[in-house]
Amino acid sequence: MNYAFDWSVVLRPEAWLNAIGVTLAYGIATTLAGLVIGLLLGLILISGFRAGRWAVNVFIGIFRCTPALIQIVWFYYAFPMVLSVNMPAWLAAGCGLTFYMAAFSAEIFRGGIESIERGQWYASRSLCLPYWKTMYYVILPQTFRRMTAPIVNQSIIQFKNTSLLSVVSVHDIMYTANGITAATYRPLEVFTFAALLYIVLIWPLATIAVRFERAMNQKNTI
Amino acid sequence: MTTPYVQVQGLAKTYGNVRAVDGVDLSLDEGRTAAIIGSSGCGKSTFLRCLNLLESPTSGTMRIGSHTLRYEGDELVDGKSDSLLYRKQMAMVFQSFELFPHMTALRNVSLAPIVVNGTERQRAEAEAIALLDMMGLKDKADQRPGQLSGGQAQRVAIARALAMNPRVLLFDEATSALDPELVGEVLEVMKGLAREGRTMLVVTHELAFAREAADEVFFFDQGRVAESGPPEELFTNPKTERLAAFLQRYQHSAPR
Repeated sequence: MNYAFDWSVVLRPEAWLNAIGVTLAYGIATTLAGLVIGLLLGLILISGFRAGRWAVNVFIGIFRCTPALIQIVWFYYAFPMVLSVNMPAWLAAGCGLTFYMAAFSAEIFRGGIESIERGQWYASRSLCLPYWKTMYYVILPQTFRRMTAPIVNQSIIQFKNTSLLSVVSVHDIMYTANGITAATYRPLEVFTFAALLYIVLIWPLATIAVRFERAMNQKNTI
Repeated sequence: MTTPYVQVQGLAKTYGNVRAVDGVDLSLDEGRTAAIIGSSGCGKSTFLRCLNLLESPTSGTMRIGSHTLRYEGDELVDGKSDSLLYRKQMAMVFQSFELFPHMTALRNVSLAPIVVNGTERQRAEAEAIALLDMMGLKDKADQRPGQLSGGQAQRVAIARALAMNPRVLLFDEATSALDPELVGEVLEVMKGLAREGRTMLVVTHELAFAREAADEVFFFDQGRVAESGPPEELFTNPKTERLAAFLQRYQHSAPR
């Protein structure tokens, strides 16, 4: 390869720091909001509320079977029109990703809750614990431990998907990389650096999660 | 004669076309221990789960103390407002313990008193420690179920059941999942509870236990009580052919 590297083009600390902040903010906010909504949807999925189950299944079907990019664009441009409200752009941009996370995590939570042995429900009922207390004290703590791996997986995907937000002008890492490339014509250096930033941000998250999972499993060997 | 504390009349439970429990009548006086025996699939565990409302009976009447529930066509027709108090009369010990694996032994025992009865945490934990001590497990209070042997886990489960101050204790094959050398320690605890004058319904395969600790034995066959009476009478002089055959099969398999 006959290429003269010029890494000085990536020396834009303010731009990158700002971009890292935006990526982290969207990554954390849409992941957490998605998990909370996903948990609620998962609880509806295992409930006896038939119409609710049907509605949630339709929701999940739509959000799992359409590309995240289309969801982002649709929520950004079309959703405020449909509701004819003036949504702040930053919120509209986050909606698509949040619901995307919610749809996938709803299925993770449903599967996790259903994987808890029936005996745990029997024992709780026998002790006169009401449904929601059983869920809160007995079932969900076990579900979270058992589902750590798929939840972490989905969260990582979610973090990387924030790069799609650049198409609706969210000034994240991807958007910033595009901008610098357009100004310097140095895609090799700029995108390599951007990729490194994602790795530095996400890798520790994944490692911490794996450690947490191991610690939990050691406590609970049956 | 006093009225029995536990009284079941015409209890039935069907799954589709299968009659798991098919018209069981059973009564038990306060302070007495009933052993429920019978081969696998005779409906004895289903009966116990129905009694504890873990399964909803198809039909029949169940009374414990002053709380009566009546079922008809898979529905609770009488005693709806009473069903929680009815269930609170009992506590169940399960075949596979069903301890909460993410909680310490202490938390397993004190959870229901705290979150169901609203007992103050400190008091509930002191009572839980006392119960664990009674089970010989005081030093295991901070261990999780995964760190306990089967026999220890089942004794924690018994402490958990006792923590709710039940009037009636239900045991659903409480020793069937244990290694043979661990069965004894759990049976000893159960015998002690029976001697204390607890009201107990014990579904079991341990015929020696039934003979020694029970005041009354109910032999289940095809979802019904085929024969019942004092253990000596049933074991030495079975009236039905089914019971005689059942006892013979058991005497041939290794007695403990």
